[in-house]
Amino acid sequence: MNVDVRVQIEDFSVAAEYQALRQRMAGGMGAVASFVGFVRDQFQTDAVDTLYLEHYPGMTERSIAGIVAKAAQRWALMDVVVVHRVGALHPSAQIVLVQVASGHRAAAFAACEFIMDYLKTEAIFWKREDTAAGGRWVQSTLEDRDRAAAWTKE
Amino acid sequence: MQVSVLFFASLREVAGADAMSVNLAEHADLSVLLEALAQALGSEAAAALQAANVRVAVNHALVSGPCALSDGDEIAFLPPVTGG
Repeated sequence: MNVDVRVQIEDFSVAAEYQALRQRMAGGMGAVASFVGFVRDQFQTDAVDTLYLEHYPGMTERSIAGIVAKAAQRWALMDVVVVHRVGALHPSAQIVLVQVASGHRAAAFAACEFIMDYLKTEAIFWKREDTAAGGRWVQSTLEDRDRAAAWTKE
Repeated sequence: MQVSVLFFASLREVAGADAMSVNLAEHADLSVLLEALAQALGSEAAAALQAANVRVAVNHALVSGPCALSDGDEIAFLPPVTGG
């Protein structure tokens, strides 16, 4: 299985990641599912001006690789790319890409969602939302934690 | 011996620095480091570092409870993560 985890300030190109997968794809590959997350313009009731993401270089990448490894234990995956941006991001910016390729669609769909659900709760990122009222560090929501926990109940 | 200490997110703001080097006696452990940090940063910052929801990583591995330190270790104080 090919795994590529990147944490970067720069934007990413879904087309470029897809083309790169096409270049290296193996014969048994039957499906690819991609998810892209954007920065929302609202947190609760406040308009967000800037979302600032901080990470722990090295340990953050390792935490994401651990999530991918967990997904690979549940589904037969062939290629996984996770690109996560850090730094100052504005509403509508791309923030995360998860691209999962597998032999059949079910594994690609499920693993893509699984990886995102765990990224939202376990990956080592800190988010500060800067609004007109000032900046505040936020924690993962109860909904995010419920979504990740649901995978352990199946 | 000397260890490097990293602070992230809200703890970086409380500590007033993202990193610092700390000199410790040989065979010092995490509690000795916390005492040294309390001396250097003040009791308010020390209390924040010891909050129940703060996790500590030594050389990128999460630790809990007493932990022996070695020269050159990297100790990171991690507030609750937001996720991606």
